[in-house]
Amino acid sequence: MPRLKVGTRLKSAVCPAEVMVVAAPADQDVDVRCGGVAMLAPGAAPPAGVALDAAASGGTALGKRYVNAEGTLELLCVKPGKGSLTVGNAPLTLKEAKQLPSSD
Amino acid sequence: MNLMMLLEMAASGFPERVAVQDGAARFTYAELFDAAGRAAETVQRTTAEHVAMLDVTSTAMPLALFGAAWAGRPFVPLNYRLTGAELDALLDRIVPAYLVTDEERAVRLAGRGGLTAATRERFLVDAGSSGEKAGEWAMDGDAIAVLLFTSGTTGIPKAAVLRHKHLVSYILGSVEFGGAGEDEATLVSVPPYHVAGIAAVLSSVYGGRRIVQLPSFSAEAWLETARKESVTHAFVVPTMLSRIVDTLGDRASADLPRLRALAYGGGKMPLPVIERAMKLFPNTAFTNAYGLTETSSTIAVLGPEDHRAAAGAEDPVVRRRLVSVGKALPGVEIEIRDDEGRARPPGASGEVYVRGEQVSGEYLGRGSSIGKDGWFPTRDGGSLDADGYVFLEGRIDDVIVRGGENLSPGEIEEVLLEHAGVADCAVVGVPDLQWGEAVAAVIVRRDGAAVTSSELCELVKDRLRSSRVPARVEFWSELPYNETGKLLRRKVRESLAATLS
Repeated sequence: MPRLKVGTRLKSAVCPAEVMVVAAPADQDVDVRCGGVAMLAPGAAPPAGVALDAAASGGTALGKRYVNAEGTLELLCVKPGKGSLTVGNAPLTLKEAKQLPSSD
Repeated sequence: MNLMMLLEMAASGFPERVAVQDGAARFTYAELFDAAGRAAETVQRTTAEHVAMLDVTSTAMPLALFGAAWAGRPFVPLNYRLTGAELDALLDRIVPAYLVTDEERAVRLAGRGGLTAATRERFLVDAGSSGEKAGEWAMDGDAIAVLLFTSGTTGIPKAAVLRHKHLVSYILGSVEFGGAGEDEATLVSVPPYHVAGIAAVLSSVYGGRRIVQLPSFSAEAWLETARKESVTHAFVVPTMLSRIVDTLGDRASADLPRLRALAYGGGKMPLPVIERAMKLFPNTAFTNAYGLTETSSTIAVLGPEDHRAAAGAEDPVVRRRLVSVGKALPGVEIEIRDDEGRARPPGASGEVYVRGEQVSGEYLGRGSSIGKDGWFPTRDGGSLDADGYVFLEGRIDDVIVRGGENLSPGEIEEVLLEHAGVADCAVVGVPDLQWGEAVAAVIVRRDGAAVTSSELCELVKDRLRSSRVPARVEFWSELPYNETGKLLRRKVRESLAATLS
């Protein structure tokens, strides 16, 4: 289980999805999963025999942000995939985009 | 964290959209991504530690910015208006460097030690060909993405340090990925060496908005390009908007119905200019952006709703918001503090402090000015109203100390600009035997206006206190600004001192 740092990238073990950590709880290990399987460091090889869990296959969309219920964890999808994001078995939810006037 | 992540996402999300164009030259997002990889490979084959650019804006600018990020070298855009000696001094500080420049300079600088100079054309052609791309970019968010030299209006230029994490935080906090419609295009007329030029490229790439570049600004070219390219968004500094408004003269409308949003910032906007602009661009939403180089661009905005409410208001408190710079962006905190660093209540003046992930507050070789509590002192004077609107009062270092009393030039200028006969003005302190410093005002009259100094002194006396009344009023045909709209107060002070003695 990784300790997450803002800016860290994680990749799915079961689909092409990748995320970047935008916010993370301090000093706490987080069991981030994609498609039901623990996410990996960018260079790591996926463990043998893992497969996408149908219960976590809603998909992760490019450029969308996903948050936990407490609002302490926020992940930005930088590569899309079929797996959806969870912490343990608790699904992360899509964060509503805020409308800001274009300033540059 | 790396700026390249923003372009990689855009190239994957909308590869076929046009990312940037300059006349007929253009890159789609997929092409820009591939070209950045080849530019990075070219740079990595040299000993360069920086990727410098000494040129007007063109499609080579985003290529150099992202190519540098991919290569893991800081991007250093230089002011092409600098003289030979000034430029040499800056080049000495960044060699060994890879330099993208115009033909004349590429030839002249070719033999300079530590410099690999390429013309813009060469750089674009090489990166657009089918060569090798560099390997994976580094993910270290603490690496330096951009070095921006200050204009040096107050001494030797300092290099502001913007790290990947600052710029990426700014974009993620202020732009929705792919949020731009397919028809949207933004007109970029600020030069590459201005933080707004960097921010415009990054915001547009992440949002998916086509960048239309205007290499050198004139009001006529700006209006013509906006019309021809069906521009929907633009950013200008106040002097640009002032020239656009002047060029339109007494026309009823600018006739740019597609221009949905016009943002401005980078200096003080005179109230008459913005009020006239809102009439000339009736269907355009105006946004005032306040930011500093050291804060990765914008930290506060006065949005379109605020503009409309203020313009239509009877209440002077609400109407005055047109000259405020709005409220802090989400994720950014703004506070006003006194000389001892204690927070001040709404309405009270002090120094503007800012805190947030996008704030760098750092100059090369001088470390960070961010305090242990995370707050950065901007050296801008100002106040917050009860609703969190920020009102700026000029640089702290420009404050006039008259007989022990601190006077804000901005406060006096705001009153002078309300006079219908005043087109522009600058208030500075001049040496005074009795008071230490005295208030001097330089006025640019509106065409044909016969405004007198006694009238203006009366106005200031009525609206402010007698200590704010200028001891000296001069009338000039224009004020000295640099090309990005920054008033050169030092030059005003020097001229006044020279005519005094």
